[in-house]
Amino acid sequence: MADASPIISVRGLRNAFGEQVIHDQLDLDVRPGEILGVVGGSGTGKSVLMRSIIGLQEPEAGEVEVFGTSMRGKEEDEAFDVRKRWGVMFQGGALFSTLTVAENVQVPLREFYPHFDAKLLDEIARYKIHLSGLPPEAAHKYPSELSGGMKKRAGLARSLAMDPELLFLDEPTAGLDPIGASNFDELTRNLQETLELTVFLITHDLDTLYAICDRVAVLADKKVIAIGKIDELLATDHPWIHEYFSGPRGRAARLGHERNC
Amino acid sequence: MAQAADFTEEQLPEGGTMLRLGGTLAISQIGDLDDRLRAIAAEVKQIDLSQIDHIDTVGAWLVYRTARDHGAQIVGADSDAQRLIAAVSGSDDVEVETPKLSPALRVLHEVGEAVVEIVRMFIEFVGFIGQCVKGFGNLILHPRRFRMHSVIQHFDMVGVRALGIIGLMSFLIGIVIAQQGAVQLRQFGAEIWTVNLIGRLTMRELGVLMTAIMVAGRSGSAFAAQIGTMKITEEVDAMRTIGVVPVEALVIPRIIATVIMMPLLGLYASLVAIIGGGLFCWMTLDMPPATFVQRIREVTPLTDFYVGMVKAPVFGAIIALAGCFQGMRVHGNSEQVGLKTTAAVVQAIFLVIVLDAFFAVFFTEIGWN
Repeated sequence: MADASPIISVRGLRNAFGEQVIHDQLDLDVRPGEILGVVGGSGTGKSVLMRSIIGLQEPEAGEVEVFGTSMRGKEEDEAFDVRKRWGVMFQGGALFSTLTVAENVQVPLREFYPHFDAKLLDEIARYKIHLSGLPPEAAHKYPSELSGGMKKRAGLARSLAMDPELLFLDEPTAGLDPIGASNFDELTRNLQETLELTVFLITHDLDTLYAICDRVAVLADKKVIAIGKIDELLATDHPWIHEYFSGPRGRAARLGHERNC
Repeated sequence: MAQAADFTEEQLPEGGTMLRLGGTLAISQIGDLDDRLRAIAAEVKQIDLSQIDHIDTVGAWLVYRTARDHGAQIVGADSDAQRLIAAVSGSDDVEVETPKLSPALRVLHEVGEAVVEIVRMFIEFVGFIGQCVKGFGNLILHPRRFRMHSVIQHFDMVGVRALGIIGLMSFLIGIVIAQQGAVQLRQFGAEIWTVNLIGRLTMRELGVLMTAIMVAGRSGSAFAAQIGTMKITEEVDAMRTIGVVPVEALVIPRIIATVIMMPLLGLYASLVAIIGGGLFCWMTLDMPPATFVQRIREVTPLTDFYVGMVKAPVFGAIIALAGCFQGMRVHGNSEQVGLKTTAAVVQAIFLVIVLDAFFAVFFTEIGWN
């Protein structure tokens, strides 16, 4: 897996809001076919990192490449070839509130393939909704009629609309109950295997890290201080990593994971 | 470069047709494959996938659907294809169709819904006025719950910050009245009556009416948008749980501020309009300002001032009520905020003009003409 060139490559990234520097000299590689978990304390810029990669935040310096294409200075009407190949699920789902779930899923399809028949669009929406683990009735509901967990799944269905190779998930399990969260983890893993996705996953959920992430990147001190399997991370001596993984919640998640194996 | 998805039909020795798919069965290469697959008339017995380069879920769905519709067998699928076809195949257990109505029924349906909506809105509006009266009652009984701070803030928003735009508008209206009046009255050699026109029209009607329209557009809309946004972000619910009554905290300060500011703004608008008209008279009719002021005082009865000042607070109350009422009706999504804001402005201006007509008849009947 490590042989191919990275899908996302970030070099020397610097982000700052006024005086406050979020990232400085940040490097990160995401390899094809892996689920990369990104962790870090609140305010370490996990979401800002994701926004820089997907072009929603113009960095002050550094280079961001996705599928070998530089995303620096790309306006929203550029780089469609890259945008077609990724899917992004926002934290709250970010569904278009005036459209039904099925219509939400069809938005990217209609944008890029306007010649598709309405029937085919309906069928595609139906199976994408099925793949995301939503009941078929949800297709004709509006986002305001869905629960938080269903909104996330609907957001996932929309991000899968274009059959992406790369999926960005922003805190997919935040706000879900433990059962819903582990179902979502399982769904992510299954989809990753079925659709051969590369997943960039921002999370606070230790269970998610243990259950599905191939590698974990730790953000602290304005850069990625460590990246690797959780065991490898524990071998480093950074205090934050130890506090994170060896605190009471970290220990509980590890125990839970070991019991399942 | 990926090859477009395509297929050939072949006859099987044991009867029936075999579809041999080839190329890239992916979303970007599908083209018109969907239509062509639907159009196949012959009975398909087998679908051969051994020639395809790549497949994604859209391709898998087309293969699966064709196989399902014809009862065909899928052969030659590699592990990728098998996995994807299995993944998409679960979605057709339950067919959920959007309920569709015939156009005639849909028109009836929409008319009916609109009527119900209007009736419901009217009832809710009456209820809202009741809530406000109750809120006022509570504040009189518990004066400590009165939010002076908020009232003063809205004085600033509704009144002080509107001075510039209302002043400019009224000044121009004064000039327009004077100019049009002078042109028409010149035909009778009665240009001197332009002063009557300016004084009476601005004090009695236009000063307050135009101010009301401007305040409805500036502040009525802002009330609806502010309260509507607070409803969506659950701030209003949070207030309720803390024990703050939303009507007392959000609605009543806005009503009081608008009711007090409207007469002040209306008077200010009338005076600025008279100044504008006076300037015009000075420049074109060669009427010195002193004469103009003297004439204005002679021809504009005090009752005209009363008429304006009686109407203004009522208009203010209507504008604030409509804005807050529509804001409180927001629920669900962010689109609602826009819709209700528009509704607030339209409703406020409509009610103001209807009431203005009633006032015109009323004041004439009681002899204030």
